[in-house]
Amino acid sequence: MRVLQSIVGLLLLVQASMAGAVLSIEIIGAGEHQVPVAIVPFGGDDKLAQSINEVVTGDLQRSGLFRLVDPTGKSPHEPSEVSYPDWQVRGAEALAIGTVAAQPNGRIETRFRLLDVVKQTELTGQAVSASGNQIRAIGHRIADLIYEKLTGDKGVFSTRIAYVNRVGKNFRLIVADSDGYNEQTVLAQNEPIMSPAWSPDGSHLAYVSFETKHAVVYVQSLYTNQRMVLADFRGSNSAPAWSPDGKQLAIVLTRDGSSQIYLIRPDGSGMRRITFSGAIDTEPNFSPDGQYLLFTSDRGGSAQIYRVPVDVGPEQRMTFGEGTNFSPRHSPDGKSFVFAHLNNGGFYVAMQDFQTGQMSLLTEGGWEKKPSFAPNGKLILFASEARDRGILATVSSDGRVKQHMFTQSGDAREPVWGPYP
Amino acid sequence: MKKLIISIVLVNLLAACASEKPKEVAPAPAPKAEAPKPAAAPAPKAEVDPLNDPNSILAGRSTYYPFDVSVVQEADKPLVQAHAKYLAEHPNRKVRLEGNCDERGSNEYNLGLGQRRADGVNKMLALGGAKADQLESVSYGEEKPRCTDHNEACWKQNRRTDLNYAK
Repeated sequence: MRVLQSIVGLLLLVQASMAGAVLSIEIIGAGEHQVPVAIVPFGGDDKLAQSINEVVTGDLQRSGLFRLVDPTGKSPHEPSEVSYPDWQVRGAEALAIGTVAAQPNGRIETRFRLLDVVKQTELTGQAVSASGNQIRAIGHRIADLIYEKLTGDKGVFSTRIAYVNRVGKNFRLIVADSDGYNEQTVLAQNEPIMSPAWSPDGSHLAYVSFETKHAVVYVQSLYTNQRMVLADFRGSNSAPAWSPDGKQLAIVLTRDGSSQIYLIRPDGSGMRRITFSGAIDTEPNFSPDGQYLLFTSDRGGSAQIYRVPVDVGPEQRMTFGEGTNFSPRHSPDGKSFVFAHLNNGGFYVAMQDFQTGQMSLLTEGGWEKKPSFAPNGKLILFASEARDRGILATVSSDGRVKQHMFTQSGDAREPVWGPYP
Repeated sequence: MKKLIISIVLVNLLAACASEKPKEVAPAPAPKAEAPKPAAAPAPKAEVDPLNDPNSILAGRSTYYPFDVSVVQEADKPLVQAHAKYLAEHPNRKVRLEGNCDERGSNEYNLGLGQRRADGVNKMLALGGAKADQLESVSYGEEKPRCTDHNEACWKQNRRTDLNYAK
């Protein structure tokens, strides 16, 4: 925490505490190249129950990759109303304009354009519509389009995250938008919940619950809320991870001794044991091509990251050097993996390149655990701690931009970033 | 020797009370130590379950571990052996072994480590004569800490296996 405070002192700190927000968000640092962009509140935005402009600017600001140019005094909504010199003077390179209106059927319809101020051309234009209670979703979609056009990478503002909120002895499994809003409780109880894992299509969560006084793996539909027990053998059943095609999960069972990795179909059939070590083998994570599992094992005497082919082949140790390592997850492009690195009493978010074997630390250390990539590979979500509370945090994959998200009460734990919608 | 162990357990419990938030304090063995007041008549000969005798070694219900270690420590072996003997003599009693860890590790790794701690006690109880159907080992990993500060005074209370008898 002290480390964090000094970083806050050194770097730009933007505090965005929004009225009625479930989370409050602090942004630390800035991208190397920030694109100056002006977002003009859409015509009709002030008549909506929820401002789209606020969602779009919030998203872009949190990414750390944009500098928002103040549009005050100018409010074009159509290209014909745009005077480019006005925006060149203000230093904007891009300009977003548009209109929004509620349709008679209750749907909200938005037409927006992104303009290149320097070349004086239209970069993209699109109509985005949604039902009246999905206004934030429209904002995220527009922010994604702007992000994609100006950075070349796909945006993740429309994605969701899952995490566990702990208040005293009450545990809630939460699914929320990537900015923490729109939270839904998937499960609430007085026993711990651990290790939520998204199915690749975002329709189901697998997780570990202690509601029957020991660790059992469940799979629950986010649409119907129906759930089934995936694994309930004696001892502990845990660490679910979906294969990229959604046709099987890797899980960890202690039914045959110490924690070992098994594959199982989502309906609970076809179980097959993968590791045979007698050590603790846990936290399996599939490679994007489905061929390998990364996992944590203490077979060498301390916890390190290993890799095993799903079919057949030798297991390989991936991490060496000082400290211990936990919770590996592949990057979406499969070229690297993130993990929690424990050294000298501090947990760091670390990343390692498969080809070079080089490890780099993305954070300054503290209680930083369970990192997971956003589906575009540009951001990493992890559990951290600030002001004596468990919080959600993100760091850009280049380590430059950090973000802290505070839940309203209690501790946020076990976060995981969901897939593209 | 027995007394020494009991006092160590008590010191542990006292240390726990001193340094942690009150709500997290584990239910200490109820100190209803007072023998029935000596009445005129000789004391009734209802057999006392030694499990409920606060002066018995069986009053100790936790084993403790160094960091990232899961084998039962020498200091705790007499305790585990006494429980094994008790279970062998009381085949209708069942006990849950609940492994716990400090927070230095991932939740999942600690779930595995806690399970190994519980399984270690389980094995020692079985060797000492307890039957498999009297024993169940589970793990809470780092999810149910007795003490929530980030320091060793706290962590050493969290690295433990609890012997939790069914009522």
